[in-house]
Amino acid sequence: MSIIKNGLAALAAGAISVSAVLPASAAPAKFDFWFGLSGDLARVVDTMCKNFNESQKDYEVVCTSQGNYDATLQNTIAAFRAGKQPTVVQVYDVGTATMMLSGAYKPADKLMEENGYKVDYKDYFPGIARYYATSKGEMLSFPFNSSTALMYWNKDAFAKTGKTEAPKTWEDVGADLKALKEAGYECPMAINISANESWQLMEQFSAIHNQPIATKNNGYDGLDARLEVNKTKFVQYVTDLKKWYDEGFIKIKSKDLGQDMVQAFASGTCQLILTSVGDHGTVGRTQKEGMKWDVAELPAYAGTERKNSLVGGASLWVLSGKSEAEYKGAAAFLNFIHDPKTALFWSTNTGYIPVTKSGFDFMKANNFYDKAPYKGREVAIESLTASEPTEITRGIRLGNFTQIRAEFGTQMQAIFANKVSVQEGLDTLVKNGDAILERFQQTYPGKTLP
Amino acid sequence: MEKRVTFSRSTIGILFAVPQLLLIFTFFYWPAGQAVYWSLTLQQPWGGGNIWVGLDNFRSILSNADYWHSISASLVFAAISTGLAMVIALVLAALTDRQLAGSRLYRVVLIWPYGIAAPALAMAFRFILAPEAGFMAVVNRFWPGLWDPGLDGVAAMASIIVAFSWKYVGYNFIFFLAAFQAIPRSLIEAAAMDGAGVVRRFRDIQFPLITPTIFFLLVINITESFQDSFGIVDIMTAGGPANATNLMVYKIYSDGFKGFDYSGAAAQSIILMLLIIVLTIFQFRFIERRVHYR
Repeated sequence: MSIIKNGLAALAAGAISVSAVLPASAAPAKFDFWFGLSGDLARVVDTMCKNFNESQKDYEVVCTSQGNYDATLQNTIAAFRAGKQPTVVQVYDVGTATMMLSGAYKPADKLMEENGYKVDYKDYFPGIARYYATSKGEMLSFPFNSSTALMYWNKDAFAKTGKTEAPKTWEDVGADLKALKEAGYECPMAINISANESWQLMEQFSAIHNQPIATKNNGYDGLDARLEVNKTKFVQYVTDLKKWYDEGFIKIKSKDLGQDMVQAFASGTCQLILTSVGDHGTVGRTQKEGMKWDVAELPAYAGTERKNSLVGGASLWVLSGKSEAEYKGAAAFLNFIHDPKTALFWSTNTGYIPVTKSGFDFMKANNFYDKAPYKGREVAIESLTASEPTEITRGIRLGNFTQIRAEFGTQMQAIFANKVSVQEGLDTLVKNGDAILERFQQTYPGKTLP
Repeated sequence: MEKRVTFSRSTIGILFAVPQLLLIFTFFYWPAGQAVYWSLTLQQPWGGGNIWVGLDNFRSILSNADYWHSISASLVFAAISTGLAMVIALVLAALTDRQLAGSRLYRVVLIWPYGIAAPALAMAFRFILAPEAGFMAVVNRFWPGLWDPGLDGVAAMASIIVAFSWKYVGYNFIFFLAAFQAIPRSLIEAAAMDGAGVVRRFRDIQFPLITPTIFFLLVINITESFQDSFGIVDIMTAGGPANATNLMVYKIYSDGFKGFDYSGAAAQSIILMLLIIVLTIFQFRFIERRVHYR
C-alpha cells in the first residue's frame, strides 16, 4: 500500500515539476482568438495567425473559427459565464452595443497604452472608427474586417439600353430597370428580403440619406432610443422597391429558392444587385465568361445631399479576466493586425477594405487598385468617406439589433407577399422593434452606454 | 421460518437508485429548475446580474400576438405532420406485413429516413423543393408562381411538414411492422377462411390489435413534432416567410441565442413544457380509453 502511495506521490511531484519547468524554458505565451469567419476567409485568418506566430517568439496565438458571427458571440458568452473565455474575440458590428454593456471587456486603447504600443487612432477612417468608438471617441475595440455596400451592375446589359454609366439616383434606377425589362431581360434587378438585407436596404440607405433609424442619434445617446424608420425616406424607398417588384423589374433571389443574388448576378441572370464589397472577389471568380460588370456607390434619391455609407463587418474585443501574459500577447497581436503590411495581405486575400488611411495609402502605393481583380474596390472607400460622419451616420448603437434585423426580414416578407401595406408593415416593424429595445433597456437598469 | 432475499434497510435501495437519480437530477431537474428561475428574472446575457420580475416575462410573452401565432403554427404543424407520418407508415407497414413481392427490401429501406439527422435531411429537401432549381420547378413551369416558399407561408409550412413527416414515417414504420407481426397468424388465417377480405381483416382484426402501438406513436409523434422540428425549420425556412413557420421551439432558439433574451426564452420553454404535458395528459385521459391492451 505504502509503495503505491509513494509511487503516486512521486508521479504527482514529477508532473508538477515538469509543468513548472516547461513554461520557464522560453515557450511562447499562448492566448486564444475566436473568430466568426468560415470557409475561404477562415483559411486567410489562419494564415494571418501563422504569420504572427512566425514573426516573433514570445507569444503564440491559437485561432479558432466558431463558424459564424452569431455562434461566436453565443459561444463567447457561454465561455465567459464559465470563466473560460478567449483573450481576443471577433464581434460583428451590430453586437457592439451588447458588448459595451457587458462589462466583460478590457478597453482596447487602454490595453495598448499599458503595453507600450502607440496607436494613432486618427489614422482610422472616421466612418469606421466612430462605429466602434464610445460617444466620447475612445476605442473600446479594434476595427478588423470592414466592408460597405455597393451596387453591382452589368455593363453589357446596360449597354443594350444605351447606357454606359451606373445610375446615380433611385429615379434613374427605376427608368433603367424599365428599359432593361423592355430590352428583354427577365430579371433586371435582384434583391432578397431576409434579416441579412436590413444592412444594405435599411441601414446603408438611411445613412446615405442622413435619415435616422432610431431616436437619440441611432441609440448613441441612450438606451431609451426607439425606432423611427416608419416616418423617414425609407418608407418611400420600400414603396418603390415593392412597386418595381410588382411590375416584374425586381426578382427575389435567395439561397432557399435555389440561387442567391450574388450567384444570380455572376451568372448574368440578374443585372443589378446591392451587396457588400466583400462579394467583389466572389463575383470575379464565379462570373460568366467574358461578362463585363462594375461596381458603383449605392444610389440616392435626387436632391439628396449624400453622406457616408456605414461600415459593416466586425471588430476585435479583448475580454476581461485574463492573465498579464495573455494581455501582452493580445496587444502584440492587435499591433500586428494594425500594420499596413497586414492590411495589404488581408485585403488582397479577402474582399475587405483597409481600415486605416495608412493601410489604404500603402495599398495604393503598391498599385493594388489598378490591377484587374481588385479594380473597383476603392469605390467602397469613396462611399465610406463621402462625408464626415454626422450624428446619424456614425453608426447604429441599438441593443439586440440582431432581433430587430430579424423583424425587418419578417415585415418585408409580409409586405412583399401583399399581407400588409408598406406603411402597416413598417409600423409593425417599429412597434415590435421598440418592444425589443425596451426589453434590452430593462435588462440593464441604470446603466448607460459608454 | 421463512427465508427471503430482501434488503434489510431501505437505505440500500436508495443507494442503488442514487446513480440514476443523480443523472436525472443533473440533466433534467437542475436545468429545468434553472429555467424556471430564469423565467422569473431578467438575466443579463454576460452574467452581470439579474432582476427579479415575477411573472412579467410570461405576461409580456402571452400578450404578444406573434407568440400566439407561433403556438397556432406549432399546433397545425403537429397535427398535420403527425397525421401524415402515421397514416403513411401504417399503410406501408400493413402492405409490407402482407409479404407482397419485395417486402423484405421495403422492410430495410423504409427504416432509413429515421437514421438521417434533421439538418441533413432539411438540406436535401431544400434542394428538392426549391422553386427554381428543384423538382418543384416543373410545377412552376406549368403554373408560374404557384410554388413559392420564399414568400408564401402556406408553401413554406407544407415544405417543413413534408420533410418532418418523411423522417417520422421511417420511425413509425418500425413500430407498426413489429406490431403487425406480433399478431398471431392463426387469427388472420381463420378470418380469411371465413371469407373476410384484406380490408375487412385489417379493420376488424389487425387495427384493433395494434391500438396500443398507435397510441404510443401518437404520443411520441406529437411530442417530437414540438421538439425535433428545430433542425428542419432552421435549415429550410429559418422561421419565415413573415413568421409563417416560426414554431415554438424555433422561437425559443432565436429569442434566446440570437436575441440574448435568455429570460424570455426560458419562459417560453416553460410554456412549451406545460403545453406538451397538458397534451399528453389529454391523450392518456381521453384517447387511451379506447385502447385495448392484450
